[in-house]
Amino acid sequence: MTRTDPHDVPRPDARLHFGVFFQGVNHWTVWSHPESGSQIDPASFRRVAQTAERGLFDAFFLGDGLRLRETGGRIHELDVAGRPDSLAQLSALAAVTHRIGLVSTSNTTFNEPGDLARRLASLDLLSDGRAGWNVVTTDNAWTGANFRRGGFLDHADRYRRAEEFLTVARAIWDGWADGAVADSADARAWSVPGSVGRVRAAGAQFDVDLVPTLPRSRQGHPVIFQAGDSPEGRDFAARNADVIFSAHGQDFDDALAFAEDVRRRLRAAGRPQDALRILPGTEIVIGATEKEAEEKARWVRLEQVTPATALAVAGRVWNMDLSGRDPDGPLPAEDPVVVEDTGAFGSSRIADPRTVAAEWRAKAEANGWSLRETVIALGPQRGHVGTPSGLADTFTRFARHGAVDGFNISPYLIPDGLDDIVDLLVPELQERGVYRTSYTGTTLREHLGLRPPA
Amino acid sequence: MPHPALHLAVEIDGDGAHPAAWRRAAHRPGELLTPRRVAKVAAVAENSGFTLVTLDDGILPPASAAAGGPAGRLGAVERAAFVAASTSVLGVAPVVATTYAEPFHVSTRLASLDHVSSGRAGWVVGVEEGPDAARAWGRPPVEGASALRREALDGLRVVRDLWDSWEDDAVIRSVATSRYLDRGRLHPIDFTGETYSVKGPAIVPRPPQGRPVVLAPAGLVPPELVDVALVEGTSPALLGEAAAASGAPLAFAEIEVALDTPDEPAAERIGDLERYAAWEAAPGQPSGRLRYTGSAAGLADLLEELSDVVDGVRLHPLVLDEDLAVLSRLVLPELFVRRVAARPLPGTTLRTALGLPRPESRFTTAPPATRTTPGASATPAAPATPATPTASAASAASAASAASAKGILSTVAPEGNR
Repeated sequence: MTRTDPHDVPRPDARLHFGVFFQGVNHWTVWSHPESGSQIDPASFRRVAQTAERGLFDAFFLGDGLRLRETGGRIHELDVAGRPDSLAQLSALAAVTHRIGLVSTSNTTFNEPGDLARRLASLDLLSDGRAGWNVVTTDNAWTGANFRRGGFLDHADRYRRAEEFLTVARAIWDGWADGAVADSADARAWSVPGSVGRVRAAGAQFDVDLVPTLPRSRQGHPVIFQAGDSPEGRDFAARNADVIFSAHGQDFDDALAFAEDVRRRLRAAGRPQDALRILPGTEIVIGATEKEAEEKARWVRLEQVTPATALAVAGRVWNMDLSGRDPDGPLPAEDPVVVEDTGAFGSSRIADPRTVAAEWRAKAEANGWSLRETVIALGPQRGHVGTPSGLADTFTRFARHGAVDGFNISPYLIPDGLDDIVDLLVPELQERGVYRTSYTGTTLREHLGLRPPA
Repeated sequence: MPHPALHLAVEIDGDGAHPAAWRRAAHRPGELLTPRRVAKVAAVAENSGFTLVTLDDGILPPASAAAGGPAGRLGAVERAAFVAASTSVLGVAPVVATTYAEPFHVSTRLASLDHVSSGRAGWVVGVEEGPDAARAWGRPPVEGASALRREALDGLRVVRDLWDSWEDDAVIRSVATSRYLDRGRLHPIDFTGETYSVKGPAIVPRPPQGRPVVLAPAGLVPPELVDVALVEGTSPALLGEAAAASGAPLAFAEIEVALDTPDEPAAERIGDLERYAAWEAAPGQPSGRLRYTGSAAGLADLLEELSDVVDGVRLHPLVLDEDLAVLSRLVLPELFVRRVAARPLPGTTLRTALGLPRPESRFTTAPPATRTTPGASATPAAPATPATPTASAASAASAASAASAKGILSTVAPEGNR
């Protein structure tokens, strides 16, 4: 690829924002490698967060899940699983990092705003304004079985609840006036009279009445992230979020189409089109040469999709136990078993298994792929592969054409998988002027170039 | 044994136990809700040699707000995690109530606190009383003492079972079979209580301590489900009776302290604050706690006396910035000299520091003898002689394993610690 003239692009001054996603549940983390460390040891989290901070990343992200993944009542045992509560983990990281944003994935379906808003505000204060909240929802009773609330929301209501939840949370975060706390010990009282307002919210989802217990942080509110790709999810983000995650960071045209769609929705929601940062998730494999990078990527994919994992992934499509089959043989000859989606199953259900199976068969036949090769080839295209210089050119083009505002990077190795990105790719991006050379702000909101909340 | 060991805990919420303590704090009022302040108090507590700090909490403004005191409070679990990462040997025990909170979340948060602290987490079981708390949660009120106890008990049972729902070695990382987990070592808890049910298993691996140390006010929940009963009483004799009656493995006396400082006698310091508000345990309720007012030497004597009848104390200092300094410079060093108490050792878990056994998961499938326990620091040290508390902890651990094999939910009290 030739370098683009930095001025012959829509956004010559674009800056890439990087986040790191510490994956807790997946088969994409290569846990079998001798260099792979613990997924739960506090040292792993610290190492990744501090490396990201050394690389001037905007944010460190944690995911959330409220039930262990399973298929047919059997817990997935090939995947990495088991992760900490994100607010507890991030509060610990707040003590050992200084600038990087700390983003908690927290569910609006199985939390209550009075409690969660306070926890998020606590993280925001403990980190001096570096908190983010990735707002997620749940609509299945399967997850609800872990909660006293049970499975009480249908699909349509989950975004309604999320939106009401955000409204209440914002009211709680705004509950204290600036200067609500007395200046000195001689004051009449610790809080200035009339400076703390009650929050009363009665809507379809909530009936809450409370006195907020925390002031605003240095950045005002935690930064809101959202990751829904459905039209409802995109509209929700356009109305409410500061950052949108997506899976549209692989192919330039796809990324640009997504970004333009999101900007359209932003305008429709009455917000300025630079009010939302677009950060697709990606995996990055770096080599000294293109060939070395390709070989490494091939190795990563084979480690991620082991023979057993290939059978498990195909088994979820066919909805049958394929564990005795030959992963290097053809796809199953049988038709997939179709079960009605009652909401009582885990997140791994496939919406239309017959169509998926037919597509897989056709592609496997056309390319002469085995079952495992099919799973590898048709699995989500997860990332970018190349030399530091080549990747920097690609990312620069993505950013300067407005296809992305940055990437949320999932390292395939914990805890050292970010090292070559920070040591090799970041300097190339800095050389192209598309990446910061030092933190200029202290809060996550400032890193992302977002306006303070009204 | 030369002397029974007295375990030392201190409550560090707000600016101190007195609702007007903020007026004597060494910082500006607003500084209370900052990371610098949280880290500083924790550092003093750790450097002083306390075994653990507790952190009060609730969804409502702190009680001091009603008396013109601090109206703000950072979440206790978040504060505790922050403290854990800024200290190395100090135990951290937030107050968490399961009156309205989801026990699944509570279990995950406390297990996570144990992970981030490498086995230094405790939990002070709390209750959120009154209609204001229900309205703040937006939930139907839990009313009456028996309903409040039921929610506390059900919550505690769910939390404990979820901690046990991953066996210690559930993460097997078997490259040969591509299996990260052994699903046979993960267990749904299938809890069904009066008001809700929880499926399980947990989403976080078993905590380093097996179960974080559970502290609860005596009488709130059955003593066999707690590690440390917090007992009240206005004299050493009453505290001794309460400790003996608590039925828990360990009993800590709740003691409010106001100490003479180099500049000012304790009584004058209290008098100064009483101009603004009364020092009560809770608004409108007289304290049932022992209150010590006076010199550091007198407190050391009192604590030495108490060490014969209780296993530990939880101190509630009048003003943290003043009393913690006196505790640090004069009281704790004296207790260490007298061998009434000991500093926690680096690299030990809170359970080990308290002489408590590491509980086996109640779902454990393999016989204990054939199992390996991950994390050497999480396991009580091998007994030196049968008479030491550590030895009794180890024997209690095997007794606990035997009990869990029969499906009995209990830890066994270490002998000789009282």
